[in-house]
Amino acid sequence: MKIYVCVKQVPASNETLLDPVTHTIIREGTQSILNPFDAYAVEEAVRIKKRCGGTVTAFSMGIPSAEGMLRRVIAVGADEAVLLTDRAFAGSDTLATARTLAAALKHQGLPDLILCGRMATDGDTAQVGPMLAECLDIPHVSDVAEIEEINEKGCVVRKMTDDGYMRLRVKLPALLTVLKEINIPRLPSVSGVIHGEKAEIVRMTREDLGIDPEKSGLNGSATRVVRTERPIMTRKTTWIDGTAAEQAERLKKKLQEGGLIC
Amino acid sequence: MLNGIESGGLWVYCEQGTDGIRPVACELLGQAARLAETMKKTVTAVLIGGTENQAAALAACGADHVLLAEIPAEELPDERVHTAVMKKLAEKYSPAILLLGATAFGRSLAPRLAAGLGTGLTADCTGLEIDPETGLLRQTRPAFGGNLMATIICPERMPQMATVRPKVFPMPVPDAGRPLRLVREKIGATKHCFEFMEKIPAGDEPDIGTADVLISVGQGIGGAENIAMAEELARRLGGTISSSRPLVDSGIMPYARQVGQTGKTVAPKLYLALGISGAIQHMAGVAAGTIVAVNTDPDAPVFGYADYALQCDCGEFLRAMLNKN
Repeated sequence: MKIYVCVKQVPASNETLLDPVTHTIIREGTQSILNPFDAYAVEEAVRIKKRCGGTVTAFSMGIPSAEGMLRRVIAVGADEAVLLTDRAFAGSDTLATARTLAAALKHQGLPDLILCGRMATDGDTAQVGPMLAECLDIPHVSDVAEIEEINEKGCVVRKMTDDGYMRLRVKLPALLTVLKEINIPRLPSVSGVIHGEKAEIVRMTREDLGIDPEKSGLNGSATRVVRTERPIMTRKTTWIDGTAAEQAERLKKKLQEGGLIC
Repeated sequence: MLNGIESGGLWVYCEQGTDGIRPVACELLGQAARLAETMKKTVTAVLIGGTENQAAALAACGADHVLLAEIPAEELPDERVHTAVMKKLAEKYSPAILLLGATAFGRSLAPRLAAGLGTGLTADCTGLEIDPETGLLRQTRPAFGGNLMATIICPERMPQMATVRPKVFPMPVPDAGRPLRLVREKIGATKHCFEFMEKIPAGDEPDIGTADVLISVGQGIGGAENIAMAEELARRLGGTISSSRPLVDSGIMPYARQVGQTGKTVAPKLYLALGISGAIQHMAGVAAGTIVAVNTDPDAPVFGYADYALQCDCGEFLRAMLNKN
């Protein structure tokens, strides 16, 4: 089985700098990690490979230093990694990102299965997975909690819904976005790390993928961030004084007066 | 103008849930009606598979037209089918704005549909306004992991698409006197990708989204003993316990309890935040009547959102609230 997994490098902390002109994230000079949700997608891909045979290739669009993250993905069991890196990709919104990934995946030949994390922790949009599936014209299942059965023809998955869970069968090729509860990602072994350090990371640019410059990066993005600001606080805050016990008593009284508690 | 529906209008995708139309659809119709006044445009509710009674309910909530797409009965909603249907309708009627509820299905359908239409999408908006000069939709959402709100526009592609979490906007008061203008669209056979097998309902976990009182715990709660006391306080006040993201990420609290941008939006009458720092992603999910914040750090952002601010230890506070001293 040929498995692709899409991963993203995200800032390790919540302190993120914005470019004051373009309002896009400044990625240089900040500590970066593999998007935590993507670690579950990588682990699931490696487990399926162990069960069914095949190969796992990781794809990421990012700055050149994202290569380190891809080496760690190889260290935990991916066979190859492709880094889509080009100044022309900078400022991509989710649509431009999905289109770039779709071009790269098609370029390398469509797989049987594509796995993505549920969302990335920097944008929290959960958009790129389903967008990528549409660009590739294959089905997708979001929020997968368990892959119960899988072979080249299809898989049975349990997905989270607003009302609980649902089991369904989907034909392959398909794209699945996975939840944290799907597995516990392994830590890399020493030999895995050495293997990852030695591995060749394939690099691809806009030109390699044949993407029109008008259709990549900021130019190819449908959305624009026009303003970022601190939120406006509208509530009038009343500070309650005293020891913890006194504060608790005073709060009780206030809430009773307001009819909020008995 | 086609079948009475003008191009450049505001559309709301109305999702069928297990017990009828998801309430978020009506919340969005209320907002769409407000925006439509500024835009001098009409509001169309789009329903894929549904009844005339449902259409009437949508009209009462603010829809000028209800576009009912009739498709062969489906066992479960299929993102690919709904994408194909919505794409067909959007290309026929050319709406300027398309809003969807950020339910589990909505969050899965909306990006697929946006890619299909080649347009932009803003997830989990907390504010929607029309720019008076350009007429574009200004979509505001918490962003970039920091304490920032970002305003996003989609200037060159149509429709401008946004998702909004349930309960972010109030439910409009239905007006049964509003006329129903129903437009039926027959959609031919659609190709399903899924074979439905089984629904597994959620367990007995109380729904934090509908609780009147929430005792919410964060990283500063200080241990299992304090979480147990928070649960007891919730029980005594007839409420339930919820959590901020760090406790869910570290496996202490289940995801179903998570309040915030990546969890659930809650709208209790009373929200008691214990040891929660109050990052904007968390507070974006709190649409409470009264907010009480308890934290040892006087500079915690949560105090800026609170009606009552208590600077003290959560354990001592809980013992006092439960008369355990």
